[in-house]
Amino acid sequence: MSTSSTAFEGSSPMTRSIAWAIICFLVLPITIVFAVSLTDRPYLSLPRDGVSLQYYRNLLTSQAWLTSILHSLVIAICSTVIATVAGTLCAIGCWRLGNRASNIVRLVMLMPIMVPTIVYALGIYQVWVDLRLIDTYTGVIIAHAVTGMPYVIITVSTALAGFDPRLEQAALNLGASIGQTLRMVIIPNILPGIISGVIFAFIHSWDELVIVLFIAGRGVFTLPRRMWDGINEQLDPTMAAVAAVLILITVSLLFIDIAVRAYRSR
Amino acid sequence: MSSPADQLTPSPSRPGFGVTARYWLLILPALALMIVCYIYPISKVLWLSVTEPRPGLDNYAMLATSASIQRMLATTARISVISTLITLVLAYIVSYALVHTSERVRRWMFLGVLVPLWISVLVRAFAWFVLLRREGLINNILISSGLVDAPLSLIWNETGVLIGMVHYMLPFGILPIYANMRDIDQRCVAAARGLGASRAVAFRQVFLPLSMPGVVGASILVFIFSLGFFVTPAILGGGKTLMIAEYIKVQILEIVRWGVGSMLAGTLLIIIGGLLVALARVVDLRKLFGSI
Repeated sequence: MSTSSTAFEGSSPMTRSIAWAIICFLVLPITIVFAVSLTDRPYLSLPRDGVSLQYYRNLLTSQAWLTSILHSLVIAICSTVIATVAGTLCAIGCWRLGNRASNIVRLVMLMPIMVPTIVYALGIYQVWVDLRLIDTYTGVIIAHAVTGMPYVIITVSTALAGFDPRLEQAALNLGASIGQTLRMVIIPNILPGIISGVIFAFIHSWDELVIVLFIAGRGVFTLPRRMWDGINEQLDPTMAAVAAVLILITVSLLFIDIAVRAYRSR
Repeated sequence: MSSPADQLTPSPSRPGFGVTARYWLLILPALALMIVCYIYPISKVLWLSVTEPRPGLDNYAMLATSASIQRMLATTARISVISTLITLVLAYIVSYALVHTSERVRRWMFLGVLVPLWISVLVRAFAWFVLLRREGLINNILISSGLVDAPLSLIWNETGVLIGMVHYMLPFGILPIYANMRDIDQRCVAAARGLGASRAVAFRQVFLPLSMPGVVGASILVFIFSLGFFVTPAILGGGKTLMIAEYIKVQILEIVRWGVGSMLAGTLLIIIGGLLVALARVVDLRKLFGSI
């Protein structure tokens, strides 16, 4: 288009190549994990005489890794449910009120993103000791739910920003109760935002290490905790296989999120 | 009870009290959870920092007297500043390219930014560990190609921590800067060009100043994340390059000195609080978070 060519000036080839180099710096180191996970050697290295799936077999037959995956899964699912329900309702309430108080509430809800996890880990450890919740599922689930809520609030608030409040007014106008309006008008309309929130809250819990280091022990031994021990103590290529599987899971979750967003914008 | 018509348009004369209360009811579960299970525990840390082992500011006095704490704080500050600066420069270049490219290319570039953002921090630290250690891939390549004779020490020192941190922080730098640049009216640059400014001058005098709010927002965000970062510095620093988060963990879980640990946590909290207040004066915080 001739009009846009005057207003729009592309970046120089030099800037573009540096930008791509930086993106390679972001992406390539992660891909190395896949190569290492296929090694035929007993130590962390690239495959030499051929690829081997032995470390994936190790992973799938190791009671320790499978137990940790199960622990992480239970915790991530439960904490995601709590974070999503509480976070979504809170975001809707704040959006509907739209006053100074609700803005303050929204800022308070974002605290876990800004406060370093280590600070929170000390605090929750103290409280859980008093309540005897150390090394219990309940303890970890609540801690992950609270720290996962900000992601839900952000994504749902973003979705609500693009939602026409007159639709809600219309529903109320036609005699629907607030509960019905929520269920039948607001939530279906912001569903993609809620799904994004679910995905990010899930990834948050699935990946969280610092809190778990403090409030969990042998009873609740999540995947990040086992990876942490693996990196620090017994380094074998099974770690690479675990990492490769995790990357695949994250990437597929992200693609689901992108697909949902694309569907929303259609 | 108010009639349905009142609920619709709460007029100034008759505020819809019942309706407002019901919206507060939606907020309540999350807010209660946040106060009981987040704010209370954190205030408990602050309380401990001035009461353990005995009431007073003795713990905070250690900031001025303990040489090992000062050394650790200096390391934390140095690494955070350097990694923030490197992150900003790299993030600026990527954001600039993102804004000035076609929709199709932008989508691919964005994928390259977002995928690493959501990949486990442990996985990323592990990947760098595999690449950087003495027998790692980078040293192997350097030695077999004859570029170096002995393996470089890229890990368990500040070099390793910096590489890992910049890698982790880059997406957090790119997103706010990009969000700001996207809103810059490209016609301003075009006008400067039309009036005879060279590409460099138009960039320096028009585009760069307009993009500063994004840069400031990104820098404080990245700096805050860097200060309290645990996983990557712990793995790539190998206990030799000690930053504050790992120092706190050692104080609590290994030495069991709650006074020192909670004091450092309190210090971290105060510094970050101050930075956030400064940040709120420069950029709209909510806009910054909306972009994440």
